[in-house]
Amino acid sequence: MVPFLLCACALWGQGLTGAASKPFSTPTDLAAGQRLYQTQCASCHGARGEGGRGAALARPRLLRAPNDQAMFNVIAYGIADSEMPGHWFTDHELWQLVAFVRTLGQAAPQKAVGDSANGKNLYAGKGGCTRCHTIDGRGGAIGPDLTEIGARRSPAYLRESLANPEAAVPDGFLEVQLVTRNGRRITGVRLNEDTFSIQIRDLSGEFRSFFKSELKELNRMPGKSPMPSYAGVFTSSELDDIVAYLDSLRGAQ
Amino acid sequence: MNRLFLILTIAAPLAAQVPYERILRSAQQPENWLTYSGSYQSTRYSTLAQITRANVNKLKTAWIYQVRAHDKLEASPLVFDGIMYISEPASDVTALDLRTGRPVWSYRRNVPAVPVCCGRVNRGVAVLDDQLFIGTLDAHLVALDLKTGRVRWDVEVADYKTANSITAAPLAVKDKIIVGIAGAEYGIRGFLDAYDAKTGKRAWRFWTAPGPGEPGNETWSGDSWKTGGAPTWVTGSYDPELNLLYWGTGNPGPDYAGDLRKGDNLFSDCLIALDADTGKLKWHFQFTPHDVNDIDANEIPVLVDATFRGQPRKLVLFGNRNGFYYILDRATGEFLHARQFATQTWSKGIDERGRPIPNPASVPSPEGAKVYPDDDGAANWYSPSYSPQTGLFYQNAREKGAIYYLTEAPYIPGRMFLGASRRAIAGEEPWGALRALDALTGEKKWEFRLTTPPWSGILSTAGAVVFSGDMEGTFFALDAALGKLLWRFQTGGAIYANPITYMSEGKQYVAIAAGSSIVVFDLDL
Repeated sequence: MVPFLLCACALWGQGLTGAASKPFSTPTDLAAGQRLYQTQCASCHGARGEGGRGAALARPRLLRAPNDQAMFNVIAYGIADSEMPGHWFTDHELWQLVAFVRTLGQAAPQKAVGDSANGKNLYAGKGGCTRCHTIDGRGGAIGPDLTEIGARRSPAYLRESLANPEAAVPDGFLEVQLVTRNGRRITGVRLNEDTFSIQIRDLSGEFRSFFKSELKELNRMPGKSPMPSYAGVFTSSELDDIVAYLDSLRGAQ
Repeated sequence: MNRLFLILTIAAPLAAQVPYERILRSAQQPENWLTYSGSYQSTRYSTLAQITRANVNKLKTAWIYQVRAHDKLEASPLVFDGIMYISEPASDVTALDLRTGRPVWSYRRNVPAVPVCCGRVNRGVAVLDDQLFIGTLDAHLVALDLKTGRVRWDVEVADYKTANSITAAPLAVKDKIIVGIAGAEYGIRGFLDAYDAKTGKRAWRFWTAPGPGEPGNETWSGDSWKTGGAPTWVTGSYDPELNLLYWGTGNPGPDYAGDLRKGDNLFSDCLIALDADTGKLKWHFQFTPHDVNDIDANEIPVLVDATFRGQPRKLVLFGNRNGFYYILDRATGEFLHARQFATQTWSKGIDERGRPIPNPASVPSPEGAKVYPDDDGAANWYSPSYSPQTGLFYQNAREKGAIYYLTEAPYIPGRMFLGASRRAIAGEEPWGALRALDALTGEKKWEFRLTTPPWSGILSTAGAVVFSGDMEGTFFALDAALGKLLWRFQTGGAIYANPITYMSEGKQYVAIAAGSSIVVFDLDL
């Protein structure tokens, strides 16, 4: 026990170690990383990296860990002024953990079968998707930004979302239906809420803020989505094309 | 005359002394806030009545003090003799001029990297005679000169390298400083300590995970007591007549993998009553035997004398993280009453002796077990309040569940020792409420609903006002009898702290830590 502690303190106390090392990512390493993750990380970051007290890790890009070395440092030394502590893991364990955490944010490799170029036309044209969604800074802000959706979601997930948007409404896009004191009905997406007020973006894209004392009704609609189903709008092969286009969106690399 | 008055006002703080007798008589000097919960009884009730339900809507900010660190600011200030004393993250202390909020002195501690589950936080300091005391994140107890902040003594309470840490405000009783320990998420062995205030020498230690030969050790399988947790990380209360300390204890370790520590796991999740001079156990009451849901009993024991079922009794009231409100006889530890105050599924109820009937469906499993409350609890460290004026016990309740998946729990010093991972319940939005319970029955009289589960304590006053806050930064005042909103202020930072009140130069003030600031309010008259 004592030798371990000396070794652990040394690790935490000194500067970067193994900086040039490549993450260990054999199946054995990933299994070891997963084991460490489940016992040491998942109570805050969620069993599948969905987040909780800690940040969501099931994302293609992490703000604090844009590369593997940065993630190594975050896990080893923690994040100042946050609840993320440093950890007394060995370098080997840290790299195994980094490799595993990276897998949380990757969509399962899957080939999209449609015609991406045609999908792009359908997206802007017949689909009218730009009204609510943004790609590379162009479009509306009612639904999620799709600039890197292909890195985050699998083709199967995207196809399901187009046909049945309420199959999995993404976090942070709660639909709300409000009735003001003077009887106006407004549907929108919640941007923020506290005990006394709510901020929404309505379906025309306008930002609106209300004190709850100004509202007669406030209905939160978990699982509902303002997005219509596109199952009847696109043919099956058009859906494939749109999915292929969305799958190609990987953000600025 | 004016000049003489000035000299006297300025001179008074310099002679500041807070002997034990002064803390004992906290109720007779409501203009001060001399100990963590305002008095040894921990009611967090003030007899100050300049701010009332009729004028509280005229509250305005008097001053704001911003701390340097951006960790959660969980400090409950102390106030006396013209100065406010606060702890800052991770283990600093600052003395602030009450008139202006300007710092008078600071104690800065270079805290090493310490494994802590829930932030580099500290909840406050204690005062005794001419010294202030802070428990540090690296598990030291430090005595500071009240006038200058200079270190008088600094002793190690436990080894931080095995994840022992201190986040609670110490409690000064007679000539001793009582201090609790944190770290049950890392398999520490819990205890409660008392130190001689003058020398820093340890006077006694009570092991909350008892070793061989000590009573309670038989409630742990094998050597599991060695990593058994049962921490003491929230400040307790004291009854001077009975000379008993009352202290809540936390979860057994590992938190969720109960098979690694078969038995009731005494004295985890208990209220313990210890002789303040010797640290000897007078009685204990275990709220949650063999806890597998991390429902620490690290909450505030509130001491109230009342007629209960026709008999005058010395009671202790306890809003527990497990979702039940308890009433015990504090002389004997006899269980008198329990009533559920928030959603819970870990038990199927409490039997007539106060023992819960476990719900097997709430035991973490590889397939996942959905449990209410989640591991942040229906209550937590933040303080409740009891008002003798209304007879109500004010408790912030958290309505939130989670799903727990059993994992391995290898013990490695300094690493998390849990035994489960968790997931949120899909589609559910957790919420909270400030609930007013009939103190003698636990019956809910009213609630003030909050959009998200709160982390704020509660202050009640003789002005018939209840103060609390929410995670979105609003500090608010409610009518103590009816729960009606009377006033609110957006502080700009989440509130993870307990409000206090005090009097200075003839005016009543209310103070709360919010975000990284101490915000102080007074009436705009």
